[in-house]
Amino acid sequence: MSKELMKGNEAIGEAAIRAGCKLFFGYPITPSTEIVEYLAKYLPKAGGTVLQGEDEVASINMCYGAATTGTRVMTASSSPGFSLKQEGLSFLAAAELPVVIVNVNRVGPGLGGLGPSQADYFQCTKGGGHGGYRQIVLAPSKGQELYDFTLEAFDLADRYRTPVVIMADGFLGQMMEPVELKKPAQAELPAKDWTVGGCRGRAKRKIASYALTNEVGEANNLHWQAKWARMQDTLQRWESFHAEDAEYLIVGFGTCGRIAKSTVLAARRQGLKVGLIRPITLWPFPVKAFADLGGVKGILTVELNFGQMVEDVKLAVECRTPVFSHNRVGGMMPSEGEILRKLGQVFGLAVEV
Amino acid sequence: MAKVVVLGEYCKSCGLCVAACPRKVLAIGDKANSKGYYVAVPADPDKCIGCGLCGTVCPDLALEIYK
Amino acid sequence: MQKVFGRPQGLTDLPFHYCPGCTHGIVHRLVGEVLEELDIIGDTIGVAPVGCAGFSLDFFACDFVGAAHGRAQAVATGIKRALPDKIVFTYQGDGDIAAIGTAHAIHVAARGEKITTIMVNNAVFGMTGGQMAPTTIGGQVTTTSPYGRDCALVGAPIDLPKTVATLNGAVYVAACAVDTPKNILQAKKCIKKAFQVQQRGLGYALVSVLSTCPTNWGLSPVDCLKWLQENMMPVYEMGELKMTEEVKAL
Repeated sequence: MSKELMKGNEAIGEAAIRAGCKLFFGYPITPSTEIVEYLAKYLPKAGGTVLQGEDEVASINMCYGAATTGTRVMTASSSPGFSLKQEGLSFLAAAELPVVIVNVNRVGPGLGGLGPSQADYFQCTKGGGHGGYRQIVLAPSKGQELYDFTLEAFDLADRYRTPVVIMADGFLGQMMEPVELKKPAQAELPAKDWTVGGCRGRAKRKIASYALTNEVGEANNLHWQAKWARMQDTLQRWESFHAEDAEYLIVGFGTCGRIAKSTVLAARRQGLKVGLIRPITLWPFPVKAFADLGGVKGILTVELNFGQMVEDVKLAVECRTPVFSHNRVGGMMPSEGEILRKLGQVFGLAVEV
Repeated sequence: MAKVVVLGEYCKSCGLCVAACPRKVLAIGDKANSKGYYVAVPADPDKCIGCGLCGTVCPDLALEIYK
Repeated sequence: MQKVFGRPQGLTDLPFHYCPGCTHGIVHRLVGEVLEELDIIGDTIGVAPVGCAGFSLDFFACDFVGAAHGRAQAVATGIKRALPDKIVFTYQGDGDIAAIGTAHAIHVAARGEKITTIMVNNAVFGMTGGQMAPTTIGGQVTTTSPYGRDCALVGAPIDLPKTVATLNGAVYVAACAVDTPKNILQAKKCIKKAFQVQQRGLGYALVSVLSTCPTNWGLSPVDCLKWLQENMMPVYEMGELKMTEEVKAL
């Protein structure tokens, strides 16, 4: 199959169309804007509609409405805009509505800047909104994965009746790469027998998430938790790269995972047994990747924030091996060389950079 | 011939029907429903002309009118 | 004898949870009757707000969706865009639509979103216990304006229907009240028209209904009607505020 050269954000848009997304509600914000632009141009030709909301709050709630009908729907934003969607995400999780949400991270906090960042890790994976909910978070590391994961996100959302977040960053969203425009997998998905759309010929349905009594409130929470536990058990995904015999592991996702790959190769050239674990599902976090640490003497996490995923790594490792972190912030990216230097420094290794 | 029927379990004793009835058919009775509200009653049922004003103002669909 | 007045099919049999004398129930009945008369119960999706009417999703016989506070119209937009042939309406209190939801109230009208909004205005946040709303009347005592609403401090009440009427996409805007049988019948006519506007796909329709809150106003249900007439009606422009030629022809 031929490949097309496209911007990461455009790959997301194209995947959404091919996944059967019929509605997109969004609001422009750098560095995610090309998603709404691309869809505004091409979704109508595929029989869909793009509606620019008055704000991010409107957009996520429009998604909520569309999702109650069983229609495939998506929104996209970047960090400050993603913040505004948090209440809506909590409602989506509680009402168990399938929506795909793209967060092309930019620098924060506050207005921050336009550079790449992974500082929304906590917000995406820990439930940025109120009430203690979970949502699937996928972390692509290249154009092809932006496409593939977006395609798959719609199936995951439908299968588990949940919001699914694609957590990318400005670097991935803006970069042009060749992308193979694969057809969506013919997944067998549960029937959407819960949607609203007029009760002619059937009993009325309602979709809401309130509980008037604490007993009902607890029962609801137990129901959601059981689903999240099932997802934690079945959905963990990661990529292992030279990890089998590694003495030192780098852990990085998205853009950092990509940079870490070349770091691993550079280290191997120097005879250092370095490997990589690249989490693909940030929630559920791939705890299973750290079940058997074998001869691993230490772990170095690499993130575009001051250390967020490192907390999940430490929880997964449970003090069996030391965990250090290397961080760049404000839109700056770590180089292969500086990661190598950090490896040498924290683990007392002789490295050549 | 007209008749107003009070659905006791729906009534909340608000008194709007009593105030709206031009013929003073309705009054708040002395029997409470399961929620403890003293239910409106057709105290003077023969005067009912079935105008429907009581039903129109009742916020709880507690009245049915027959003609 | 035949039953000439009773519960419309547009409502479920569930007794309303509203306080005694609260006129939400009257507005519910009017909407229920309109749904039945237009034969659209099976084609309609309602969107409930947060507030006293947050539980209205149990009372109407049609499909219903519960929205976050203020977001009912954004949710309704999503439903209508997904199902353009269905009837979609929001049922919202003044606190929900005229405070936290104002942006959506303006923009659904600007877009001419083909939905119907029923706004029930009782001049307070009822569910939370009678706090000041943007619709609270000057001088009105609430738990957050214990000395009376000071308009010099917090501004004058917002007349949302009047504002919405200025927007092109709003083709029908009416301000009604449920204080007297006559006005209740008039409110029903307006509500019916607001649904017919949507059936014909003419644009956005809003009906505001001045309503009472005996519990939080601290008045008897009957006295509340008088208070509404004396205090709210002079502040809010009443009647059919906007009707395009197409709507007039309905």
